[in-house]
Amino acid sequence: METCRLAANHLACRRGERLLFTGLSLELAGGEACHVTGPNGTGKSSLIRILAGLLRPFVGTVENTGSMALLDQSLALDEHLPLGKSLAFWRALDGAADRDLARLGLAELLEVPVRYLSTGQRKRAAIARLLGQNAPIWLLDEPLNGLDTQAVALVEQLVAEHVAAGGIALIASHQAIAVPGMRTLALPDFEPELA
Amino acid sequence: MSTIATLLKRDLAALLPGSAKGNSLLPLLFFLAVAMLYPFAVGPDAALLGATGGGVIWVAALLAAILPLDRLLAPDVESGFFDQWALRGIAEEVIVAVRLLAHWLSFGPFIMLAALPASALVGIDNATLHTVLLGLLAGTPGLAAIGIIIASVTVGIKGNAALSGLLVIPLAVPLLIFGAGSLSSGGEGGLALTGAISLALVAMAPFAGGAAIRASRES
Repeated sequence: METCRLAANHLACRRGERLLFTGLSLELAGGEACHVTGPNGTGKSSLIRILAGLLRPFVGTVENTGSMALLDQSLALDEHLPLGKSLAFWRALDGAADRDLARLGLAELLEVPVRYLSTGQRKRAAIARLLGQNAPIWLLDEPLNGLDTQAVALVEQLVAEHVAAGGIALIASHQAIAVPGMRTLALPDFEPELA
Repeated sequence: MSTIATLLKRDLAALLPGSAKGNSLLPLLFFLAVAMLYPFAVGPDAALLGATGGGVIWVAALLAAILPLDRLLAPDVESGFFDQWALRGIAEEVIVAVRLLAHWLSFGPFIMLAALPASALVGIDNATLHTVLLGLLAGTPGLAAIGIIIASVTVGIKGNAALSGLLVIPLAVPLLIFGAGSLSSGGEGGLALTGAISLALVAMAPFAGGAAIRASRES
């Protein structure tokens, strides 16, 4: 896997009138995973979107080497199409083959329109899209939502394999997630102190 | 290049009449319905119909172009497609330009085809029909461009369908004045001006649309 790096310098995020976090610095090199924790509303999703370049930070900069893949609450698959065709659109853009469809339990769902999939199946479909992108940096926002214990174990395994192969994984989740050697970053530590 | 082809293929599959998403025949039927109702409303006066029919076709084309606006960009923003494209380094401007082409292809040529039966319904002669068709050819790309600009500006607003319709109408007035105006003057000046406005709008639309979609992420 290509060398990759993700660094954030003194990030602060403001949503509306509220400063969610400030002075957040972080540096991840290839082979590192980081778990961003914190209760709802502390800015986990905003941090992910800032790192992905989709949201401008109030203060600070983000640097990255290597492409980034994002998994969040939006599925980004055509609801009216069968799963296979929906994924084929991204495969055509990413130029890679679908990986691990059987492992994700999707192989027999390829003919089913996306709108008929259950919450857990939709999440696994999004993971298939993520894997297909072949990006070294993974930004995962609540990847375990709606997944059963078996699928949770699978996601933990996929992240571990990705990191072992030299990739970066940054996971924002309020749930526990077991990946060997993963760092933890507690967002409430960066909450501004009230004057 | 293959990126653009992939995007265009998906857009056409979603927008072309009779495609999988279903309701895409509506603008066309709406256009024909207006042309059909008009003679009932003004009565069977051939001279009056002949004199005003061309203008009615223009108004019907404008209204038909407004119908698909709420599903032109908003669903893709809501379901995260634009975020995923941004992460892959595909600029919003490229997406909007491709969407503009697909939007025009999905109503422009079909409106021109439907103008043939519509011209019989409102009773205009062949010379007028000729001017109407040339005018639509020059004007519909501009209508599509206005539509896509408005669709991108209203992307984050719930229930944006009615609002986008209202916003399009004043912007489309210049196209209507010169496009439909070429009917009464019979001159080519009106058609040329319609084409010029269209070109300017088409050139502007991807940049305006891309900026609007990026701005909608910040809210």
